[in-house]
Amino acid sequence: MRVNLDWLGDWTDVSVGPEAVASALTAAGLEVDEVTAVAAPLDGIVVGAVRKVERHPNADRLSVCEVDDGSAVHRVVCGAPNVRADIKAPFARIGSRLPDGREIEAAELRGVSSQGMLCSAKELELSDDAAGLLLLDADAPVGAPLRDYLRLDDTALEVNVTPNRGDCFSVVGLAREIAASLGNAFRKPPASAVAPAHGETFPVTLTAAAQCPRFAGRVVTGLATDRKSPLWLRERLRRAGLRAIHPVVDVTNYVMLELGQPLHAYDLGKLAAGIDVRLAKSGEPLVLLDGKALELQDDVLVIADGNGAIGLAGIMGGQSTAVSAASDTVFLESAYFTPRAITGRARRFGLHTDASLRFERGVDPTGQARAIERATELLLGICGGRAGPVVVTEDRKRAPARGAIVLRRERLEALLGMALTDEQIESSLERLEMQVERGPGHWRITPPAFRFDLAIEEDLIEEVGRMIGYDEVPITPAAATEQLGAATEKSVAADRALDVLVARGYTEVITYSFIDPELEEAINPGATQVPLANPIASDLAVLRRSLWPGLIVAARRNVAHQRARLKLVEVGPQFTADDGRVAETAVLAGIVLGERLPEHWDGAAPPLDFFDVKGDIESLLDMTGMGTEFRFEAATHPALSPGRTARIIRANETVGWLGVLHPNVQELIDRKRSAVVFALQLERAFVASVPQFEHYSKFPSIRRDLAIVVDEQTPVETITATVRAAAGTLLQELVIFDVYRGPGVDSRRKSVGLGLILQDTYRTLTDADADKTMQSVTLRLERELGATIRT
Amino acid sequence: MSNIAQLLEEAESAARAADDLAELDAVRVKYLGKKGLFTQQLREVGKLAPELIPAAGKEINTAKDALATALEARRSALEARRLEAELAAQALDVTLPGRGERLGRVHPVTRTLRRMTEILSHAGFDVHTGPQVEDEFHNFTALNIPEDHPARAMHDTFYLRSGLLLRTHTSPVQIRALREHGAPLRLIAPGRVYRRDSDLTHTPMFTQVEGLVVDRHVSFANLKSLLYDFVSKFFEREVKLRFRPSYFPFTEPSAEVDVLAESGRWLEILGCGMVHPNVLRNVGIDPDVWSGYAFGMGVERLAMLRYGVDDLRSFFDNDLRFLEQFR
Repeated sequence: MRVNLDWLGDWTDVSVGPEAVASALTAAGLEVDEVTAVAAPLDGIVVGAVRKVERHPNADRLSVCEVDDGSAVHRVVCGAPNVRADIKAPFARIGSRLPDGREIEAAELRGVSSQGMLCSAKELELSDDAAGLLLLDADAPVGAPLRDYLRLDDTALEVNVTPNRGDCFSVVGLAREIAASLGNAFRKPPASAVAPAHGETFPVTLTAAAQCPRFAGRVVTGLATDRKSPLWLRERLRRAGLRAIHPVVDVTNYVMLELGQPLHAYDLGKLAAGIDVRLAKSGEPLVLLDGKALELQDDVLVIADGNGAIGLAGIMGGQSTAVSAASDTVFLESAYFTPRAITGRARRFGLHTDASLRFERGVDPTGQARAIERATELLLGICGGRAGPVVVTEDRKRAPARGAIVLRRERLEALLGMALTDEQIESSLERLEMQVERGPGHWRITPPAFRFDLAIEEDLIEEVGRMIGYDEVPITPAAATEQLGAATEKSVAADRALDVLVARGYTEVITYSFIDPELEEAINPGATQVPLANPIASDLAVLRRSLWPGLIVAARRNVAHQRARLKLVEVGPQFTADDGRVAETAVLAGIVLGERLPEHWDGAAPPLDFFDVKGDIESLLDMTGMGTEFRFEAATHPALSPGRTARIIRANETVGWLGVLHPNVQELIDRKRSAVVFALQLERAFVASVPQFEHYSKFPSIRRDLAIVVDEQTPVETITATVRAAAGTLLQELVIFDVYRGPGVDSRRKSVGLGLILQDTYRTLTDADADKTMQSVTLRLERELGATIRT
Repeated sequence: MSNIAQLLEEAESAARAADDLAELDAVRVKYLGKKGLFTQQLREVGKLAPELIPAAGKEINTAKDALATALEARRSALEARRLEAELAAQALDVTLPGRGERLGRVHPVTRTLRRMTEILSHAGFDVHTGPQVEDEFHNFTALNIPEDHPARAMHDTFYLRSGLLLRTHTSPVQIRALREHGAPLRLIAPGRVYRRDSDLTHTPMFTQVEGLVVDRHVSFANLKSLLYDFVSKFFEREVKLRFRPSYFPFTEPSAEVDVLAESGRWLEILGCGMVHPNVLRNVGIDPDVWSGYAFGMGVERLAMLRYGVDDLRSFFDNDLRFLEQFR
């Protein structure tokens, strides 16, 4: 809500100045976002009277005028089409400065000297109107500084009104808050009435009384159609961000801004039969003021006449009955629509009007007649005319009623954490126009009708706190509760895992949970996607089923910035459609690309490969203390290269994936090099065991090495399992120290070097013991795997 | 002076003069070798009168021992010199960079979140989490934001086609935790939240930390105390805060909190308030027995203030030139 100080000053004392008013509003919970002067200084610009206008001798479009600035008459060359004798317009004297910084100098235009400049509103940055001179009212005092005449020594405040304070979408509402905060008097809007000059009325029916329990209407006839709203009114509209159009529209807007009650005016000659406020029929057509054609649903409240819907109630009027500058007889509407009847409808039709904003937040349910009287008063003042009686059609039972709320002292003090006197409490509430009735240990409080946001005791406690000032509430530490934090070792915290990867050179990224559906399709072809119903952009349209697309985009971005080597990791959720529901899984995933080590003077490192990342993952899995539960199994995945892909399995469940990106996906990042990616499901992969101490052997160990040749297809895991089974409990450790293919080994076979570390817990192992173990190992390998022993 | 003493002096001086191990060995051979000068002298001893033999022999052997000691001393000096020269020849350029993987970085949002969690954990706040795909009940209705409530428009919500939504705040975790554990409760709920908004100062996803205390006799004064303490610890200085009345459907009274920046400007950092009795009722807690406070903070916002980041969007660009600055 944009409001200017000058207008607020009609209702309360704002002489403390704009900054103090802004602070008071902010401290009252109405945050002021911006404080701006309503106009540039405009020094040296005065009210000028054009005495005489002649054609310029050498230019068709220019006129030569005589302008009286109160102290002298100047010859001025003017290009405005609306210049004529006997008008008044802003006159910039020689030496004055326009808001854009231009200094006015004596000039010669096509051979005629010009001693100053007549100005348009745009040149003074008062509006966008550059069509002609800004015409001032006939009674404007010639020679008066424009700044004084237009009361431009004024400040506009942009106030952030919270959704509960519909009453503050008005000058009067904000003035009331300022008055209460500063402890100043507030001039209540007068219940002035314009006495009816004729008896003409227009019939109104409230079929939808639940949505519209009150409707005030009035017929005004005989309006002069050649009038313009006075400058002061147009100025106030301008400072609130509205454009002046013609008096009927200007007055309804003015009253809406001032009192917070939106009004609508119909051209009475275009209305048929009577008005009915009802719900639309499904599919009912309506053409709005702005020409937009709608097809309505049956939950939309409309104003209808004998011909059908003529307006979206509380949002925007219709074209067929709209007033124009030529309307001399109008029907004014000032209605109370419930917030529920309006909320969401404007949005549905892509409309967001000043009226809908106010009705959605709620207007004073008792303010309809007052607003229509105020509008009549203004309108008759501008256009003359004769008003009929105000007819209020209402369903009192359905109109919001204002009951009392009990406020207990004990509750108030307990919740705020401070003691207050009766006087402090009562005056806080009375300043906000509440009726306060004191009882023993409590009060019965009746808020004013426009404070429908106040419904429960806590609402009143906030009001008291607000008026006392939150800064006055003491700072009191709570009585300490003894409550210790949990510290589990039964799972590996994602943070610890992340730190391990960071120590191993990974940098954490955070990517959006929604991604490009095409990238999603590339990673998981054919999978059921989880699309957003209302995405913000086409490349952020589906929930990710995998963290890889985000990591690929992040890698691509950095590669594009000439980053040759990167190791990225992310911890976050992935989402899968699961029978109408959406399953969320917390995942740790990463991508690596580039050389194994940072570039170094000692020589180039080979590229990072599958086994570098596998080492990282094994380190993570080892943190569970249950590393032996995990298996890496050759598998296929649409995003990964066949033959370079492993499924990570724990107790027959897939807990993760590791692999080299498939060339088709790799292309998205960098054609030349291949990236390795991984993903681990945190919950399943990171179940951990609490370490349990075991005695270690004090006796020396014996190492025996063994080189065997097996079929290429035999996984090392099978070999190690066979060795472990054959070696039994003496085997403390088993290392793979070599894998060799090439000369000396058959082409479809490979040589694997195994190191067995043997040890007994209770005695020193002999060579004979070791020999015996090695014999059974070689025998098993030969028999079960067709291994040959290399010597 | 006997021949022997003279010979020893001559030999010792030769040993001292030897400049390398080969020269030194030549000295040894010349005096102590099979045909060496001392060996010859010993042979000569046999020709002496028997009563003179022991003394002469002893004199020669003593001289030989002395020479051996001198030779050894010289040898170890030469060895030491050789080793020194060898090491000097192998000296490293200690200014060359070291070898191996460098440290990566934790994302500044995670870093900030960890500090927030750490500070609050000392006051007994336990971390709770909840789903990011939520339903209307937990995200809105249970938090006293009924359908048609204008506050729903404040939260530009992302919906899924199924009618589920992406949570617009971490407040639904309050509801889930209170339903599960009841009162008293003291929790923080960190996590990703989503709003359909994207411009200079908004990203469609950001990170929030929600704090909640439900206990007997919890007051707004307690909330102020906790937040003063938290914000001071977070910024590692005594801060000045401003509590402004505001509006959140799930708290009453509600406040927004500004911190006075070193520039002298007030900067909004969080929203808070006393838990609305309807929220407590919605989870089956009697608001006449229990009261509580809640606060919600944007992690990126705090990270921006702490680290001087001027563009919210940089947190999600994942540009290493940005991330690597957070050592």
